[in-house]
Amino acid sequence: MFESYDIDYFIFGIMPYVALTVLIVGSIARYERDPFTWKSSSSQLLRQKQLFWGSVLFHVGIIVVFFGHLVGLFTPIWVLDALGVPYALKQWLAVLVGGVAGVFALIGASMLIHRRVTDPRIWQTTSFADIGILVLIWLQLFIGLGTIFLTLQHMDGSEMVRFMTWSQSVVMLNLNAWAMVVDVHWLYKTHIFLGLLITILFPFTRLVHIFSGFAAPVRYLLARPGYQIVRSRRQTPLPPRSTRSTPAE
Amino acid sequence: MRIRAQIGMVLNLDKCIGCHTCSVTCKNVWTSRDGVEYAWFNNVETKPGTGYPTDWENQARWKGGWERTKSGKLQPRQGSKWRILANIFANPNMPEIDDYYEPFDFDYDHLKSAPEMEAFPTARPRSRITGERIEKIEKGPNWEEILGGEFSKRSQDYNFEGIQKEIYGEYENTFMMYLPRLCEHCLNPTCVSSCPSGAIYKREEDGIVLIDQEKCRGWRMCVSGCPYKKVYYNWSTGKSEKCTLCYPRIESGNPTVCSETCVGRIRYLGVMLYDADKIEEAANAEDTTDLYDAQLGVFLDPNDPAVIEAARADGIPEDWIKAAQESPIWKMAMEWKVAFPLHPEYRTLPMVWYVPPLSPIQNAAEAGAIGMDGDMPDVRNLRIPLRYLANMLTAGDEAPVATALERMLAMRSYMRAKTVDGVNDEAVAARVGLTGAMIEDMYKIMALADYEDRFVIPTTHREQVEDAYDLKGGCGFTDGNGCSTGVSKGSLFGGAKKPLKMPKEVM
Repeated sequence: MFESYDIDYFIFGIMPYVALTVLIVGSIARYERDPFTWKSSSSQLLRQKQLFWGSVLFHVGIIVVFFGHLVGLFTPIWVLDALGVPYALKQWLAVLVGGVAGVFALIGASMLIHRRVTDPRIWQTTSFADIGILVLIWLQLFIGLGTIFLTLQHMDGSEMVRFMTWSQSVVMLNLNAWAMVVDVHWLYKTHIFLGLLITILFPFTRLVHIFSGFAAPVRYLLARPGYQIVRSRRQTPLPPRSTRSTPAE
Repeated sequence: MRIRAQIGMVLNLDKCIGCHTCSVTCKNVWTSRDGVEYAWFNNVETKPGTGYPTDWENQARWKGGWERTKSGKLQPRQGSKWRILANIFANPNMPEIDDYYEPFDFDYDHLKSAPEMEAFPTARPRSRITGERIEKIEKGPNWEEILGGEFSKRSQDYNFEGIQKEIYGEYENTFMMYLPRLCEHCLNPTCVSSCPSGAIYKREEDGIVLIDQEKCRGWRMCVSGCPYKKVYYNWSTGKSEKCTLCYPRIESGNPTVCSETCVGRIRYLGVMLYDADKIEEAANAEDTTDLYDAQLGVFLDPNDPAVIEAARADGIPEDWIKAAQESPIWKMAMEWKVAFPLHPEYRTLPMVWYVPPLSPIQNAAEAGAIGMDGDMPDVRNLRIPLRYLANMLTAGDEAPVATALERMLAMRSYMRAKTVDGVNDEAVAARVGLTGAMIEDMYKIMALADYEDRFVIPTTHREQVEDAYDLKGGCGFTDGNGCSTGVSKGSLFGGAKKPLKMPKEVM
């Protein structure tokens, strides 16, 4: 795709580390410094129309796609071999599940963009970051679905294994990882580049609500025994109930 | 037994004149900001009417409050925790801003800046959200003021349940009352229960329910969870907001802004001691008509030595116990039983209670022939149907409301005899189960309603809750984020919103 390998080296060798660093440091900084801005920025109050199906399709689709990528790319290849999963089978699974979920997400994202741009109430309250990240994600979904047609030409899973090796080498701090993907089709490269770009933008947009979205079920279902929350401001807590004299009990 | 204290409120609807001073002062203090123009932490509705937001009492539609499942479990009407989490992408029970009203402003500037024209310049409305022209305002914060609108619409009022309502559409039989509403600071709040982030909480020391603006993520489940629709989503900040019971004022012993400014002197604030261990059982009473009594059972007598001792053990300060003993809320809710919770059937155990209003004797032509019960008219002949009040205050059980109205009539009768005839008519008092002394106390608190009698608010014990050294150089009340105003203009993480453009009129 590129004239010189320098760009490949930058995008596939350096950018992943930049992206992960910005993601982690940026998110921590925002959570610490400006928790008031950490939110989902829901616009449901202003207009319900198109939001219900748009949002549900988009979110369900993209969560499946996200975990598909996570599990698909970062499962060590020896685990596949140990379990006896043929690469072609995994490739088929990825194309089918990812394809369906991707279409869901793309339809949802299209509805959300349409709503955001055409509804004056939503448009007036839209920031540049809001619409920018939505368009980037739409583009990413579109390109991602586009790569399926390339993938269909080599369903043996050979390309998939290359991407798995690259991702796993990156997290293993193998600085030569970039060389594994230099000669893949430019559409795959664009997809990876956009993914890394979105990761970099993550802490500066409403995307931070993803963290909260994953935390919410844990907090709500597991960390909270009942339904109610009572907070006390007492600096010295009350003595434990057993040592207190409560004659009325 | 686990004793906690709560600042409760009573509103004496018998004296509410519907002037909206409470709403306006509240708005000026708390919600005159972008994103909450449409929100009224306190609003006054004319009843019968569908209210604000429209149809808020229809829980079959909004799924607010709690329900007792078939197996006898208490869970939010929206569903269990799983069900609520499943609604996180789009909440099907949430009202849209049009269910409140689209906030508007007027082109006032056009009145002075308009060029010479044939027609007199007018100030036409504009949306406060989009800045676009609104050709016709369809709804406002108090759209049914003084029975505005057709009876067919207003009569969709949920409180007409079980009433032949058609005759109340006739001019001769019509009736109305005002209902000022604010957050109920419930003992069993559904907003708290439905928040997946755990951002909403009840304060242990005074029972005020607050939303942690730094923890709120805008999942919106509280908006639908609250059956009174008193949690508002701020569309500008993306966080939910609600009535704070003016906690900075309450902490320093001052009444809330709505109470302080109430010209009719209808509002009362005081301490109630309650047994936190009994809440779940009370909220889960089998029949909805049992809920009023069940909530009475949660309150504890602050004069009972055993309660006092237990309260001390549970860390309730001495002056709070004393305030509870002098609490006007205790007197009206527990001693005289003239105040009632708003819609106890929502199972939230609300803590803003209401004294039902007396109303003129129905059908003046029959005034000579109406049922008189001794010196007092029969409360069933009052213009506002008893059932209507009961639907609002006791889940449809008429007896407690009738007793309250009789006691209020007895108070008038007794005091009339005392001041006009100079007689202490103990018989009147005895007939409604009170004594002359109690009635005179009632008169002092409910009729004269001196400031010190209405507001018995102990101050917060700051020495227990904060270190003054840490507050040095602080910024007082902000929307979180320390000294920042909370609106991130050009921040790395916020990004400035487009400023709201108010286009100039071109003619």
